[in-house]
Amino acid sequence: MFTIIRKRLLAPSIYSMDIKAPRVAKSAQPGQFVIVRVREKGERIPLTIADYNRKEGTVTIVTQTIGASTRLICALEEGEALLDFAGPLGRPSELIHETDEQLASKKILFVGGGVGTAPVYPQAKYLSERGFKPDVIIGAKTRDLVILEDEMRAVSNEYFLTTDDGSAGFKGLVTDRLKDLVVNQGKKYDLVVTIGPMIMMKFVAKLTQELGIPTIASLNTLMVDGTGMCGACRVSVGGKTRFTCVDGPEFDAHQVDFDEAMRRQNMYRTIEGQKLAELEKDDHECKIGRDK
Amino acid sequence: MAKKEPRVPVREQLPEERIKNFDEVCYGYNASEAMQEAERCIQCKNPRCVQACPVYIQIPQFIKAVKENQFSEAFDIIAQDSSLPAVCGRVCPQETQCEGACILGIKGEPVNIGKLERFVADWGREANYFKPIKVEPNGYKVAIVGSGPAGLACATDLAKLGYKVKIFEALHRPGGVLEYGIPEFRLPKDEVVRYEVNNVMKLGVEIETDVIVGRTITIDDLLGAEGYHAVFIGSGAGLPKFMNIPGENLNGVVSANEFLTRTNLMKAYDPQFDTPIYVGKKVAVVGGGNVAMDAARSARRLGANVHLVYRRSEKELPARVEEVHHAKEEGIVFKLLNNPTEVLADEKGWVRGLRCIKMELGEPDESGRRRPIEVPGSEFEIECDVVIMSLGTSPNPLIAGTTPGLQTERWGGIIANEETGETSREGIFAGGDAVTGAATVILAMGAGRNAAKHIDEYVRGKYGS
Repeated sequence: MFTIIRKRLLAPSIYSMDIKAPRVAKSAQPGQFVIVRVREKGERIPLTIADYNRKEGTVTIVTQTIGASTRLICALEEGEALLDFAGPLGRPSELIHETDEQLASKKILFVGGGVGTAPVYPQAKYLSERGFKPDVIIGAKTRDLVILEDEMRAVSNEYFLTTDDGSAGFKGLVTDRLKDLVVNQGKKYDLVVTIGPMIMMKFVAKLTQELGIPTIASLNTLMVDGTGMCGACRVSVGGKTRFTCVDGPEFDAHQVDFDEAMRRQNMYRTIEGQKLAELEKDDHECKIGRDK
Repeated sequence: MAKKEPRVPVREQLPEERIKNFDEVCYGYNASEAMQEAERCIQCKNPRCVQACPVYIQIPQFIKAVKENQFSEAFDIIAQDSSLPAVCGRVCPQETQCEGACILGIKGEPVNIGKLERFVADWGREANYFKPIKVEPNGYKVAIVGSGPAGLACATDLAKLGYKVKIFEALHRPGGVLEYGIPEFRLPKDEVVRYEVNNVMKLGVEIETDVIVGRTITIDDLLGAEGYHAVFIGSGAGLPKFMNIPGENLNGVVSANEFLTRTNLMKAYDPQFDTPIYVGKKVAVVGGGNVAMDAARSARRLGANVHLVYRRSEKELPARVEEVHHAKEEGIVFKLLNNPTEVLADEKGWVRGLRCIKMELGEPDESGRRRPIEVPGSEFEIECDVVIMSLGTSPNPLIAGTTPGLQTERWGGIIANEETGETSREGIFAGGDAVTGAATVILAMGAGRNAAKHIDEYVRGKYGS
């Protein structure tokens, strides 16, 4: 059992939880993820690592209530526990293998959207701790859904906020902001790392290809085991089939077939919808998952 | 004469019933049936069955005890060599091992050794029979990677020798392929797998789940900071193979591993579980091994019509005869001598069919089986909405990739001495599918036992006994 040490509401329906998992905390690196299971009859769901504290033995996850299982996670309170918390999984960010000289020689921009902001944080924090603060663009639908703003500002060189409705920061999409920075303001980037919804990453990749900036995307595909066993996470990269869980989750964004990846994400959508409907019915009867 | 008697038949769930549930197909023998079948054993002086058993169970002795109604004695005899008799009695390919060597098989039917083993094991469980063994701890620690058949067998023998043994398991339930791969209707999980895993734990073996060796910790962490004197790698062969044909990433194409993991480990067949599974109406399973049969029969139970596509003929099917027989009884349609060339999509990117080409058999290839050759111009389409690829699996490269100096074959298998389990690194042993590629439960157990013996020699040799 993996106890929830702290729980924090970051935005409506988005929670941050620090989970006691000393082994995972000890080995976690930026870019990796965990597989979580809430209850005996529950699914195994992949969640990116949003932070880790080796000393305290905790790992932070950020979850938005979108499906049946994420709702169950978010309904848990401090002191309660997750049944399973396996990781760290996937390959760490390539950046951790680079020397100071290599890092100093390039200007890095992170582009995060929605809950994808959370996994940007450990990468930006890592670079910041090595003395190379990156630039960061964070996109959200609206002001209320902006998460981790203070934390992110602290580890960014420049922090650019965008909202779809203009309620905070730049009005528009992250791609609009990126284009504005590079084309209008003449900023130069040697590497873009993008994490967020597939559709956002697709268009970031499209833009950076036009702009000629090498780009890494961290994919959030379906998974069952997360260790290379099932192949549910397969994705076409440069025409070759790769497993997101063991070959990724980070890939050359210009080589990823995002249309296929988005289609594959929806494979169980109808069934998931039914599960969620059942859960909502249960909620009504037993009042779990109520808002605080 | 007793040996002329035919085999005592084994009761099974009727095909038309069992395709509607995931309950066990085979009911096994009851006590009187088992005693009657045990009568057929002629108690050879030089029993060929024992030589043909990868873990050398004293078969004539345990059968004699069954015949004499001494079931607890039979249980003890098997327990000397196997910690998983209820599993092996169900999933071992006895026809090519013990029963294949049985002298009665030359002129008639061999003794049903598998079902007798199963009877004894099930009797033990139902009678709650457990004989505690007193072992003096020897002060040494061994870590085992993977709680499948190889790891459990290795752990059992080492625990009996006084070692403090801890098994690290990547998934949330112990058992490896017994848990995620083999379906409930062949190998009940709570009743059989969990029970036998618990028996191993009663010997003092600890199992820590959710630990992915190579990610959560490394082999060198185990030998270093965690203070283990030796490590055994029994991580299996879990990486699925695909055909690399067009359309393989369409929605509706899954590996047998994914389909079976969702069904078995994640219990997708039980509506109380959250796991989604997409079964469709018509399923095409590609492959001819036991895993292909398991996937086909699971899909059938989940309500689909199932075609099984295999590129060679019935004779070359790698699956056990019993599995093929059961699959046919359950209405699986065998499309033999056909090979898929493309998965066909509908306008939304979901599977609508499988294009295949007819094959004929040519000269034997390096595996000794006749090589399938395409018949030009014979392509045709099978209508289906799900394709399950069951083309075999290979070892996961995670451990080899994070253990410097651990040598592997080009296809991923860890290089280990077949007799001793020794790898290219001192103190690291390996066995089972991680070394051989996908094989059987019992061969993995045999490798685990061999390694245990040599781990003991190694540790006592190095640290003193």
